[in-house]
Amino acid sequence: MSYLSDVRALARKDLLLELRARDTLPAMLLFVIAVFVVFHFSLPEGSSSRAAQGLLWVAILFTALLGLGRAFVPEREQRMFDGLVLAPCDRSAIWLAKSLATLLFLAVAELVALPVFALFFHRVGGATIAAFVLADIGICAVGTFVGAMAVVTRARDLLLPLLFLPLAIPILIGGVGASVVGAPGRYLGFLALYDALFAVLCWASFEYVVTE
Amino acid sequence: MSRTYRIPLPALAAASLVLVTTALAFVFFVAPTDADQGFSQRIFYFHVSIAFTAYAAFGLGAWKALRHLWKRDPNADLESYVGIHQGVIFGALVLLTGSIWARISWGHWWLWSENQLVLFLVLFLFYAAYFMLRFSIDPGPQRANLCAVYALFGVVLIPVSFLAIRLAQRFIHPVVFTRHGAEFGGWIMVTYLVSQAAMLVLAYTLYRVELSGKRLDARLRELRRAYA
Repeated sequence: MSYLSDVRALARKDLLLELRARDTLPAMLLFVIAVFVVFHFSLPEGSSSRAAQGLLWVAILFTALLGLGRAFVPEREQRMFDGLVLAPCDRSAIWLAKSLATLLFLAVAELVALPVFALFFHRVGGATIAAFVLADIGICAVGTFVGAMAVVTRARDLLLPLLFLPLAIPILIGGVGASVVGAPGRYLGFLALYDALFAVLCWASFEYVVTE
Repeated sequence: MSRTYRIPLPALAAASLVLVTTALAFVFFVAPTDADQGFSQRIFYFHVSIAFTAYAAFGLGAWKALRHLWKRDPNADLESYVGIHQGVIFGALVLLTGSIWARISWGHWWLWSENQLVLFLVLFLFYAAYFMLRFSIDPGPQRANLCAVYALFGVVLIPVSFLAIRLAQRFIHPVVFTRHGAEFGGWIMVTYLVSQAAMLVLAYTLYRVELSGKRLDARLRELRRAYA
């Protein structure tokens, strides 16, 4: 199917760019570890380990924001947006490809961040990992979408967190719930629902973000 | 670029005045005093009405956004913006009335255990970002498209956030402080319906006022440009 090969070509472009530039992923890794150190000093004595588990999600959310802020930089700086839009592919393929590439970066960042978290604070259980898999999909889908919106405005980097965070609150709730509650099924189900709803919405409306 | 409306604005304004006055009269004199919360419970007639009106305004904004994206209706972008503007105004009033009620009933200006309040806080953040988005793009088709898409995301977010906040209460506040649900009979229902009608008509009046003001502005700018 040519749609999937379009997506693969676009995603491959983003991955190759990152492989050559090597700036976003190392920054995300350093950032998340720095945030963990900050957490250590901001949790006074007597704070439960549950507080740290909740804060893990905050760390990942802001690390993702960092990565998302960089996601459309090549398009903006080299004015590739026009080129992308002229490409004979379905516009939503642009969004899907970018989301998948960002998802990969986020997953790699978490592969490092979660063991470090387990080392510093509290072990990371199976439910938490499942929650991260589901949450990452939502974060990348919605984040890439609002990232594209932010990039065409004057305010750009200022606007991305403002657009992203209210939409990310349900993901945060689902993730923290799955991590701390005894029966995480409900929260994982909720995360899956969020992903399904918003992925479809993003996929269907991306065309309007890049065209006039 | 304008739309002809069936109900003239002065009639709407008069209707708002009558309804709001009637609602105030009902809330203060007709509705019975609540058994456990006393006099302060009366603010709930407005709090709930305003909340529903805010949802309706956001819904209108999303509907107009859909009309813009789907039917290319030339009026729809401005109407969507004004609808959402009204929604944010009434949403802020929900937060205000809710906070007053919380202070009087429970002694705190804010209650994280009140799902409705927390939901409106999240929505307020979301729709405040709508304005930041709108005013950081130059007017034109791209701005209209982006704002319309964002408005649609908003209405999907409303039920999702509500569900999320309910789920969150299980691990944040296992003890629920509040109790609503008085028996909804007789004069309580009538008072509520009058307040609800009043808020809806008031919101629609403000919507029409703002729309006509903005359209007049646009027309003036056009004329100035033509004469320049």
